Amino acid sequence: MRGIWPWEAPTPFWQNGLAMQSPAERPLSPHLQVYRPMYTMVLSILHRASGLYLSACSLLFVAWLAAIAAGPAAYSGASRFFSSLAVRLVLTAALAAFWYHFFAGIRHLAWDAGLGFEKTSSRRSAAVVLVCAAAAFAATMCLSRAGRWLMGAP
Amino acid sequence: MNGHRGSATRHWRNQRMTSIALLPLGLWFLFALLLQPALDHATVAAWLAKPLQALLAALFGGAMLWHSMQGVEVVLEDYVRGRTLTLSILLSRLAHTAAAVALSWAIFTIAAGGA
Repeated sequence: MRGIWPWEAPTPFWQNGLAMQSPAERPLSPHLQVYRPMYTMVLSILHRASGLYLSACSLLFVAWLAAIAAGPAAYSGASRFFSSLAVRLVLTAALAAFWYHFFAGIRHLAWDAGLGFEKTSSRRSAAVVLVCAAAAFAATMCLSRAGRWLMGAP
Repeated sequence: MNGHRGSATRHWRNQRMTSIALLPLGLWFLFALLLQPALDHATVAAWLAKPLQALLAALFGGAMLWHSMQGVEVVLEDYVRGRTLTLSILLSRLAHTAAAVALSWAIFTIAAGGA
């Protein structure tokens, strides 16, 4: 990479290929496509995507409660719907999204409190978030009856 | 920022409030659900008919839908412009309000033993 070493003449960041996908004549306004994906950006996008996904899944939660309220006959119909492979996949993804959004949300709250902004600590907390979310997802999938039901156990 | 009535600071603070509330409430709901002995109608209706459990479910559902509405608005404000923004925020609010009404009806019905 040219222009980033101390013995070279400094190159503006929009020409050194570190921040942007391809060098440009001038700094470009923040359209996502011009930046190289960095872990900060990927985690931030994942936080938004998991949040939107959980928003959509909240309709399933409300529908499930409404089916309970509507009585046993309606609930057995809803049970068939929720036990179908497609919906179980959707719910499994919702469980993963829940855990990711939960731990990444704690990271965002810490940032809001002014903690962990340093490059090293934010890099470390990114790894912690990913490991915690993966571990919690695996534990809830494998150790709970509902998790095993999601994986196809009766 | 034509989505918000009131200040953006208040919106920001409210979003943090619902985030913090959802940390324990979300864990409670997830673990209560995952640890049910079965997921048939009798079991889950008896679970949510207990007063404290019904209250927690209402708090979780309310905080979750409110947080969802706040989050969707923040995302819409970043990626949508003009009249489409106003319209999409209106639609999101209508959908979230309808979900909240359905949620309250369901929890009241279950807690009143009518399920």
